[in-house]
Amino acid sequence: MTEYILLRHRDIAGIEQIETYRNNGGFTALQKAITSMDPDDVTNEVKASGLRGRGGAGFPTGLKWSFIDGHNWPHYVIANADESEPGTFKDREILEGNPYQFLEGVAICAYAVKANNAYIYLRGEFWPIAKKLDQCIAEMEAAGLLGDKLFGRDISIRLHTHLGAGAYICGEESALLDSLEGKLGQPRLRPPFPPAVGVYSKPTIVNNVETLSNVPFIIDRGAAWFKGIGTEKSPGPKIFSLSGCVNRPGNYELPLGTTFRELIMDHGRGIIEGHKIKAIMAAGASSALIMANDEALNTPMDYESLQKLGAQLGSASVIVIDETFDIPWVINKTVHFFQHESCGKCTPCREGTYWMMHLTERINSGEASMEDVELLHDVASQIKGKCLCALGEFSIEAPLSGIERFKADFEARTAKTNA
Amino acid sequence: MTALLEKYPNEIQAIMAKYPANKAGKRSAVMPLLYLAQHEYGYVTKEAIVQIAEICEISTTDVASMIGFYTLYHDQPSGTYQIQVCTDLPCALRGAEEFLQKLCENLGIKVGEVTSDGKVKVEAVMCLAGCDKAPLFQVEGPDGLEYHENQTVESALEVINKLKQG
Repeated sequence: MTEYILLRHRDIAGIEQIETYRNNGGFTALQKAITSMDPDDVTNEVKASGLRGRGGAGFPTGLKWSFIDGHNWPHYVIANADESEPGTFKDREILEGNPYQFLEGVAICAYAVKANNAYIYLRGEFWPIAKKLDQCIAEMEAAGLLGDKLFGRDISIRLHTHLGAGAYICGEESALLDSLEGKLGQPRLRPPFPPAVGVYSKPTIVNNVETLSNVPFIIDRGAAWFKGIGTEKSPGPKIFSLSGCVNRPGNYELPLGTTFRELIMDHGRGIIEGHKIKAIMAAGASSALIMANDEALNTPMDYESLQKLGAQLGSASVIVIDETFDIPWVINKTVHFFQHESCGKCTPCREGTYWMMHLTERINSGEASMEDVELLHDVASQIKGKCLCALGEFSIEAPLSGIERFKADFEARTAKTNA
Repeated sequence: MTALLEKYPNEIQAIMAKYPANKAGKRSAVMPLLYLAQHEYGYVTKEAIVQIAEICEISTTDVASMIGFYTLYHDQPSGTYQIQVCTDLPCALRGAEEFLQKLCENLGIKVGEVTSDGKVKVEAVMCLAGCDKAPLFQVEGPDGLEYHENQTVESALEVINKLKQG
C-alpha cells in the first residue's frame, strides 16, 4: 500500500505526540462526527464501510454498534487491549506508535453509541503503555478533545485505562467484563450479548484496538474509500503479525486478501536458512494447522477464503512452521498454553485441556502409540461445541487438524511403541 | 482510616473516580488497588487484603480470590527478581527453549529455580506479545515489569548481573 492507515508512525515520525498527530489530520474525524453527524450517522457510516472486528471474530463493527440497547442507560464502550494470543503483537505496536488515532477511534465510538465513559482494558504487562495512554488522555482533555462540552456541544466523553493482571481469558469479551467489574475473569453465558447487557449490566460495545483505530479514517474519508481497500466482503487494511520460521518476522499492514505467499515469501523474506515451509497457523495458537502447499500459499488472507482451507483468519497472527519441526511438538506447545490459561469455569475446557495435555506430552516424548493419538482425537472431538466460550473451542483446533492433516508425523513419533 | 488510604489518598481517589459511584463501581477498584498495595509492600499483605476489602466493600475472600486467579498478583514475598522467558510456540520456533536452557545452565540452576544468592528466579511463562522479537523475557521485580527483547544468552546474563548487583 502507498500509505499506512494504522501503522502511521512508520510514515510520520513523532505521531505519538499530540501536536504532530493533529498537524497530520488528527482529530478532524472526531470533530466532524460531533459537529456535523448524528450518532446514528456515524454508526451507519461504519456499517457501510464493511469494517469487521479485528480481534478475531470478524463480526461487522457497525452492526454491533447498531445493537446497542437504547432503552437502558448509561452506555459504555470498552477497548479490548488484552492482547495475549501467542503470535499476536499488533495492538501493542498501534498503542505504542500511534496512540492518538486509537484514542480518537474510541471517542468516536463512544459518541456513536452515546456512551459518556469508555474503558481501555490492557493486559497487565502493558503497564508502561497504560501510563503513556493516561498522559495522552490528559493531553486530549487539556486540548478540549475529551471531557465535557466537546466542540461546544453538550457531549461528554471520558476515557479510562484499566490493567488486567495476567489472564489470557480476559481477552474473551464476557470474561473481560467480569474482570473490569473486579471479579474473576470468567466468561458469561450468552445471550444476552454485551450491546444489551454488558459491564455493570449496562449496554456495552467491546471492540479490539485495531478495529477502533480504523474508525477515524472511515469517518474522515468515508465508507466508499475504505471499501476500495481489501476484498468485497473483507474490506480495509489489516495488520498481519508474522512470526515463527521466517527471516523477517514483524507486523505487516496489508490489504485484506493479500496471499500467504506474498506475506511470508516477500514481506517476511522467506523461511529461515532456506528450509521448506511445512505448516501455517493463521490465527495464532487458536488456529487449525494449514498444510503449506501451493494451494494454501496462493490463498488470499480474508475471512471467507480461509474457511476453504478449513481454518480461520482470526486476528491474522500468522505463525510459520518449517520442515525441521514436527507437529506432535507443535500441538504439545499449544495444548500446554490452553491448559495453563483455561479459566476453570466449564468442565469440557478445564478437564479436556488437562487430559489433552497429558496425551500430547506422552505422544511428543515418543512414549505413546497410535491408539493414544486416536484417543487424543477422541477427547478433542468431545470438547468441540461444548465449551462456554470460544477459547475452549480454540484449544482443539491445532490437535484435531494436526492429527488429520499431518498423520505421518504422528506415526513417526509413535513408531517405537507401535512396533 | 486504613493505612493505604492514609498514605495514598489522591491516588485512591483517582482510581475510584474511574468507575461508577455505586457499589458495583467500588468493586471495580479492586485490581488497581491490588497493584497499589503490591507496589507499596512488595506483595499483597494480609493487612492490605483487609484494607482493600474495606475500600471496595467486598469480602476479604473476594479480594484473596483475585490474587489466586490473576498471575501478576502475589500474596508471598518473593525477595527476588523473576526472569520470565516466553516459551510459547512462536518464541519456541525461534529458539526460546534452547535460550532458556542455556541461560539456566550458565546460572547453575534448573528452570523454575532461584540462584544460589537468592536474588534471581528464572522461569518459563506464557505469551508476552513480542513474538517477532524472540527470544525475550520480562523481569518482574519491585519496580514492576520490564521487557528485554531480541536477547542472546550473553545479553541476558548481563541484565541478570546488573540486577544481582543492584
